[in-house]
Amino acid sequence: MKLVCRDLGLQLPRYRFEIDGVFEARVVAICGPSGAGKTTLLELVAGLRRPQSGRIELDGEVLADAGQKIFLPPAERRLGYVPQDLALFPHLDVEKNLLYGRGRARQDAHPLPEEVIRLLGLENLLRRRIGGLSGGEKQRVALGRALFSGPRLLLLDEPLTGLDPALRQRVLDYLRRVRDELEMPMLYVTHDAGDAALLADEVLWIEEGRLRARGQVAEMLEPDPTAFRLRAMP
Amino acid sequence: MGSDWQILLLTLRTALLAILLILPFGLGLGWLLARRDFPGKSLVETLVALPLVMPPVATGLLLLKFFGRRSPVGAFLYERLGFDVVFTWRGVVAAMAVMSLPLLVRGARHAFESVSPRLEQVALTLGAGWPRIFFSITLPLAARGILGGLLLAFARALGEFGATILVAGNIPGRTTTLSVAIYQHVQLGEDAAAFRLLAISVAVAFAAVFLAEIFFRRGGGGRE
Repeated sequence: MKLVCRDLGLQLPRYRFEIDGVFEARVVAICGPSGAGKTTLLELVAGLRRPQSGRIELDGEVLADAGQKIFLPPAERRLGYVPQDLALFPHLDVEKNLLYGRGRARQDAHPLPEEVIRLLGLENLLRRRIGGLSGGEKQRVALGRALFSGPRLLLLDEPLTGLDPALRQRVLDYLRRVRDELEMPMLYVTHDAGDAALLADEVLWIEEGRLRARGQVAEMLEPDPTAFRLRAMP
Repeated sequence: MGSDWQILLLTLRTALLAILLILPFGLGLGWLLARRDFPGKSLVETLVALPLVMPPVATGLLLLKFFGRRSPVGAFLYERLGFDVVFTWRGVVAAMAVMSLPLLVRGARHAFESVSPRLEQVALTLGAGWPRIFFSITLPLAARGILGGLLLAFARALGEFGATILVAGNIPGRTTTLSVAIYQHVQLGEDAAAFRLLAISVAVAFAAVFLAEIFFRRGGGGRE
């Protein structure tokens, strides 16, 4: 994935969000304290917010350009968005949730539904109602629903937050399989730098709507797997 | 007794027509107030709520002026389309519609507000357009609350008196609704007849409100 944010700007209640950078890693984690603008960046990429200035490009395609008044609607961006509350459709069963976004995908769009079902272990959940699922099952269905739509990039908002340690490990395993076996690029938000190192190749540190630091997880010096070096941004 | 049923039937029929008439407006306004910010929103909210707090007779007077043959609207309906609203069953429907619209709008608004906008956002990113989102996500999840509001509006329409008596008068078999008939019986000292109709009114209103409560309680979809 190559995500370009060029002078991306948006006035938020407490500060002005302004991000500039090119992000080319396979999995990019957006870190920072709460209220830093992490979710805002995700929503700007997803097309759920319009930038007031600047430009967003994904793999060479312009998603939004405030100057040229270009705004690709979210429905046309082919991005798999999984919000923190998952937002599963409670009145539809698991299968209908999964298929909701498949309509727009080509028949052979990557990944194939069978692949997603196998990878996430959804076979036995298809007829279940959302209300009867456990927390981990809901996570997998939400991830599956995003993947079914044939996205070119997954956008995950705090996918590991609020999970107990055992479930966290399981969800992390699923996310790694999605990353490695489906070769699905991801952009994900977390307030925990430790979480970031577990899944991402590159970590961005955002505070008050500014990119303060960024670093490659592989550049770690210490053997401690949660340690990585961040380069401070000018 | 025969005329009791006639009165009940007329009342049910006009009330049903009234809520069918306001259904699209009620849904549209409820959705707009729940989901959109626009200039003049407070004004729209106030106008919609006005029939709830204004004396019904005053609303009736406004309707009488609005639909009377001397008004442009009334003249147009009579001269071009060939019918009158005032002192006909249409007047009953108009009075019921205006008086019950606020209850439907409130019910629909709360129902739409109870559906998390996140669900709609996710549906957007999954490639759905707004019409599909409305009919596949928003409306099904709001349906119970809307139905509750609709039943309350229906109950309100059944009991409408003040506006009806002004716009539609009291023409037996044509504009005499339950409440108008009760009033008339009491005026004429026909207590037994009045109480018969009273019992019918209570039964119908009870059923409508009871059902509405059930729908409201089970509603609130979308937020787990």
